Amino acid sequence: MSNATTDTLPGSAAPKQPGFILTCLGNLLKGGIAYWLWVFLLLTGVATGAFFYLGQVRDGLMITGLSDQVSWGFYIANFAFLVGIAASAVLLVIPAYIFHRKEMKNVVLLGEAVAVAAVVTAMTFVTLDLGRPDRLWHLLPLIGEFNFPISLLAWDVTVLSGYLLLNLLIPLYVLHCHFKGREPTFWAYFPWVVLAMFWAISIHTVTAFLFAANSARPFWDTALLAPRFIASAFVSGPALMIIALQIIRKVTDYPISQDVIRMLAVIMTVALQISLFFLITELFVDFYNEGAHAASARYLFFGLYGFDSLTMWIWTGIFLNIAAVLILMINPLRENLITLNLACILAFVGIWIEKGMGLVVTGFIPTPLGEIMEYTPTVPELFISLGAWSLGVLVFTLLVKMIIPIELGYRQRKPSA
Amino acid sequence: MTDKPSKQPQTAPDDAPFSHSRRGFLKRVGVVGGVAATAGSVPAIGQAAWGGHTLSDAFADFFQRHYQRMSRDEINASLERIERRTKRLYDVTIQCEDSRPLPDVVFGYALNISKCKGYRKCVTGCVTENNMGRESQTQYIRVLQMKRGTIDLEHSDHYYDPETVPVAGMQYLPVQCQQCEDPPCVKACPVKATWKEPDGIIVVDYNWCIGCRYCMASCPYFARRFNWSQPQIPAEKMNTFTSYLGNRPRPRGVVEKCHFCTQRTRNGRLPACHQACPTGARVFGNLLDPHSEIRYVLQNKTVFRLKEDLGTEPKFWYYTDV
Repeated sequence: MSNATTDTLPGSAAPKQPGFILTCLGNLLKGGIAYWLWVFLLLTGVATGAFFYLGQVRDGLMITGLSDQVSWGFYIANFAFLVGIAASAVLLVIPAYIFHRKEMKNVVLLGEAVAVAAVVTAMTFVTLDLGRPDRLWHLLPLIGEFNFPISLLAWDVTVLSGYLLLNLLIPLYVLHCHFKGREPTFWAYFPWVVLAMFWAISIHTVTAFLFAANSARPFWDTALLAPRFIASAFVSGPALMIIALQIIRKVTDYPISQDVIRMLAVIMTVALQISLFFLITELFVDFYNEGAHAASARYLFFGLYGFDSLTMWIWTGIFLNIAAVLILMINPLRENLITLNLACILAFVGIWIEKGMGLVVTGFIPTPLGEIMEYTPTVPELFISLGAWSLGVLVFTLLVKMIIPIELGYRQRKPSA
Repeated sequence: MTDKPSKQPQTAPDDAPFSHSRRGFLKRVGVVGGVAATAGSVPAIGQAAWGGHTLSDAFADFFQRHYQRMSRDEINASLERIERRTKRLYDVTIQCEDSRPLPDVVFGYALNISKCKGYRKCVTGCVTENNMGRESQTQYIRVLQMKRGTIDLEHSDHYYDPETVPVAGMQYLPVQCQQCEDPPCVKACPVKATWKEPDGIIVVDYNWCIGCRYCMASCPYFARRFNWSQPQIPAEKMNTFTSYLGNRPRPRGVVEKCHFCTQRTRNGRLPACHQACPTGARVFGNLLDPHSEIRYVLQNKTVFRLKEDLGTEPKFWYYTDV
């Protein structure tokens, strides 16, 4: 594919400007040594993951640390976390498209690129977790047997596919208009943006319901789960975007206003405060009158009958979140990019710990019959996950690489925009 | 109900002409296997190419439709593929049939915990009957040992030594799939690979399951097991009388569970765990038959069900003598 583009680009460029698709693909090939090294690094990550995944295909999921007792682990933990990242793209979409804030319009396509990359990675993680990926077609409507609307997993497949589609088509339309040198027609995109807004909240709500729907698992079976998911997503998403936007500002000429970063930092601060408040309410209800429903929570936070492999893990996460919120709540520190970036990294990892393994694995311990079986991801599991993350970062890199030259060109031609 | 030994002769007499032609096929497969062996790629169990299939069988398996959508012919072709695959993978000739639910029957189970002494014979009986993975030690039944005076599951011992039982001051609670009337696992499955049959049994189409394990997360009774690897069953241990929704050797990567021994109960026999129980603690029968023993127990004993507060409506009851 890349060969074809290099062949056609110079030829078609001479008489006429190349088409939209060729321009997008061509943009991928124009980059310095740093770009190619970065792409190569990510491809190496993907290849490593693929190599270990071949082992999983050959030997089955026995190469993971999973068991009948703890039947979901690291893959699903990353899945839950990434759906949150995808949902938080809405935080750029609302101010850009609804309130028409100019500095937001500059970055909204980048936010949507984060959403696309996150959904792709989340879907990759679910597929990696399947015992029979060869039977994925059983999920397709009409030719398969899709258990919609009863199964929450069927809901999740539906909302994630829809969200992916919305976040591909809206930016594609906007980008195409900019490529043609005109403003997008308001009514052509606005209804879809409104839909995408609600859709963003729905993907994370449905993912929370996926867990909360199990009355067999008291740790997940709480009405607070969806609000907690949304709150923590509005921490991890902005944290990632603040860092990604600064990197893009550094390695390209793309104008990214400090106001955007400031707004994201404020959202993140409030969301992290709410998120920690939810944690406190959860702890109170679990431990004031500690019953059987709190067994998982006791295992997670304090250890149960001497089993405590997640205790250090979760307190690390809570400590990181508290450290982050302290930095974010002090105005000068939040304004300072170094301390802000530190807070972003702390909160990102903190939420990843809490919403990932902290939430998913704990739900399985103890089992509904009171047995305690602990879980630790294996080396192949970690490398396969690394491959999936590399894929996500690669998708984001390539999308941004396609978007930025077209946007820059549009702005040069029409400086008033 | 009459009962037969669980081991079956290798072929049923009325199946003779049919299986003859199949043997011809198996011979040809054997030649292919021999060629592969000389080429240096001896397929060990679980690592055979195409999951133990020939390429054409693997192809047909891939496109196989949901059990409830298949025609009779499609089901028969699938049964033959299962038999061929078992021959190739385990070197055993099995008979796989499509046992259908009996009319006007809904099965129920009752267990007398005063009689259960924790010998775990039900567990081994089940493993033998249902062709469970031996290396993976897959078991459908868990017998919990707990102190008298409580049925707190969290303080129960799942791994006590059955040689020492009965232990004074202890009671035993065997738990297996409760065949819920309102099963959370069926709601959970995104592809309808598990469902409730007309006779009340929750079954799994092992050829349709995508292995997402959401049903395992949703089950309040820890009744479901996953095939993390290809189940290992020694040839001499294989129960050769099998059914599609029941005890046929399972593929890797799919979920399985207790199915009240469909291959037995739908042919008028008792479940293997019932047959194996040395203390006579188990009562199995048709809930729709007012004269059945299970109905007698429900009407005359003080019964309870596990986790009734979850609204799953189990068809598995526990009771005591006094």
